[in-house]
Amino acid sequence: MSDTVLQLRDIEKHYAGPSGKVGAVAGVSLSLSPRDFVAVQGPSGCGKSTLLLASGGLLAPDSGTVSVAGKDLYAMPTDERARFRAARIGFVFQQFHLIPYLDVLDNVLAPTMALPMADGRRKALGLIERFGLGHRLHHVPAALSTGERQRAALARALLHDPPLLLADEPTGNLDEANGDAVLAHLAEFAKAGGAVLLVTHDPKAARHATRTILMMDGRSLPDEVRQTPPREIRPSHM
Amino acid sequence: MTIWRLILREISHRTIGFALGLLSVSIAVASLAGAMTLLRAHDIRTEEIVAAKEAETKREMDKMEDDYRKIMKNLGFNVLILPKDQNLADLYADDFASRYMPEAYVDRLAKSDIVTIQHLLPSLQQKARWPEQGERTVIVIGTRGEVPYAQRTPKSPILDPVEPGTVVLGYELHRGANVKPGDTVAFMGRRLKVAKCHGERGNKDDITAWISLREAQEIFNRPGQINGILALECVCAADSLDKIRAEIAGILPDTQVIEFSSQVIARAEARRRAAETAYAAIESEKQQRARLRAARERFAAMLVPVALVGCMAWIGLSTFGNVRDRRAEIGVLRALGVRSAQILAVFLGKAALIGVAGGVVGYAAGFAAGATWGEGGPASALFQPPLLAASVVLAPLLALVAAWIPALLASQQDPATVLREE
Ligand SMILES: Nc1ncnc2c1ncn2[C@@H]1O[C@H](COP(=O)(O)OP(=O)(O)OP(=O)(O)O)[C@@H](O)[C@H]1O
Ligand SMILES: [Mg+2]
Repeated sequence: MSDTVLQLRDIEKHYAGPSGKVGAVAGVSLSLSPRDFVAVQGPSGCGKSTLLLASGGLLAPDSGTVSVAGKDLYAMPTDERARFRAARIGFVFQQFHLIPYLDVLDNVLAPTMALPMADGRRKALGLIERFGLGHRLHHVPAALSTGERQRAALARALLHDPPLLLADEPTGNLDEANGDAVLAHLAEFAKAGGAVLLVTHDPKAARHATRTILMMDGRSLPDEVRQTPPREIRPSHM
Repeated sequence: MTIWRLILREISHRTIGFALGLLSVSIAVASLAGAMTLLRAHDIRTEEIVAAKEAETKREMDKMEDDYRKIMKNLGFNVLILPKDQNLADLYADDFASRYMPEAYVDRLAKSDIVTIQHLLPSLQQKARWPEQGERTVIVIGTRGEVPYAQRTPKSPILDPVEPGTVVLGYELHRGANVKPGDTVAFMGRRLKVAKCHGERGNKDDITAWISLREAQEIFNRPGQINGILALECVCAADSLDKIRAEIAGILPDTQVIEFSSQVIARAEARRRAAETAYAAIESEKQQRARLRAARERFAAMLVPVALVGCMAWIGLSTFGNVRDRRAEIGVLRALGVRSAQILAVFLGKAALIGVAGGVVGYAAGFAAGATWGEGGPASALFQPPLLAASVVLAPLLALVAAWIPALLASQQDPATVLREE
């Protein structure tokens, strides 16, 4: 099991709502190995983002454990967890979350604030080139197209060569072509030995994924249901 | 990429926010530095005013002192030694003393080592009738001239004695008797040779006849007695008549001393008064300046805290706004592994930078204002390095305190909340 990149065991998470507890995740277990590209799908509010943030060490579950590369994230002190996150986990978000006043290069280098890196600049330039942003080095996010923004965010997530990449609806704000490109990059990352946990509404994401997990009301659905195409289990209001 | 670079990039991105923060700190520091510089200018001006007044007073005093010395030299200082029981009112009414003392007194003084007086002129004075001249009134002064001091080298006497058998006559007398020097005149049953006839003086000297003391004592039947010793040209400070009195009293306990050259005393008194007035003027100027300073201090004591509190409120509120605007950024920085202490540093660092810059700009502005609108003094004297140091240290400290709570809230913000919200 030392090969396992991400291990979730019986994760439960409730939020305090105005009228009592709101269950977000109700007992999810999951294991990702290198080269795994797992897509989590499910209706809005089923707890996908909650699961992803818990996996990234940003949201402590009420019960259950989260291990990344064999280390129990929530057993670590906060600052150690932050450093660990910087080194081992990359994040990509639907809203890109680039820092608005930094140019592309500085945005990609932002993780070095958490974890300094000797050859950070060279590495960043390489990633930027790889994601086709070489001509956009000193542009701020506002000057970029959405696709370019998400590729810059991807470059940032990969700066420290993390074994695990967490992506929450990375294609949600992109057109089809850009969305496909991002999914292709994620798949490429997985093929190169990384593990990807992708939260998405996008049915096409499943085509890139090695595995798809369907969530409903905070639970991952049993295997039989998983084999059903996602479109058919969507709630009527979607 | 470092925290500092992040701070600087953010500042250059949100220039207006930074400029407003800088402005608020600058205003607060400028009000402090300006007030302090104005007070310093005030103090320098006060010193100048007082120094000028003092120098002027001293110049006047010196001049007066000089005048006084000259007067002393020319005039001396004259005292009259009288028997102790002489009623001064009678003396002034009758022009001569009605009490007597031994002639030996003058010899006692002459033999003493008294230094405050010189030129001793013993006399016996009496107002009398001159029977040989139709009973006309005459002031008879019996004198033996100046009695030399035993212990001093003899100087030329200021008054020659009148030889026995001779008389010196005042203007009215020799005119009335129609005599001239060398004539012989009948005087109270004696025949005296006229030694000298004075010109008209317009005072009682014109009816005075000077004869030898011995003869006067015989005429008035006062053997060995006198009723006054004139001491002329006493060389001493005019305001120490008491010293003269004490010295004479030590030698002649039975006497009293009166001063009769009031011009010197008047000068000395005037000088003392002038000095008093001048010093009172300086004192009142000082007090007036002190009151003005207190008023200015009170104004500064109100303005400066208001400016400081306003500045801190502004820094605090604008940092709150900045934290709110950057919630997503804080969340993503945390997701990238940035620690909460670093987030704190991002906001405190910015506040400190605003503080340092505001401290420098504010001091410069306050100094310029103080130097321009202050009461003067050279810029080098108005420049206060400790104040500059305090501005550059205190301004960031205040900004840090003001930004502390919002920065702390930023560092404790839950990244999950903002990252899930979309
Ligand atoms: N802070 C909160 N307080 C109360 N309830 C919350 C809170 N955050 C999330 N929830 C609830 O938890 C559940 C799971 O939320 P989550 O954001 O994980 O869903 P999701 O699957 O990511 O939805 P979406 O597809 O719309 O992004 C939802 O029902 C949501 O309303
Ligand atoms: Mg979500």
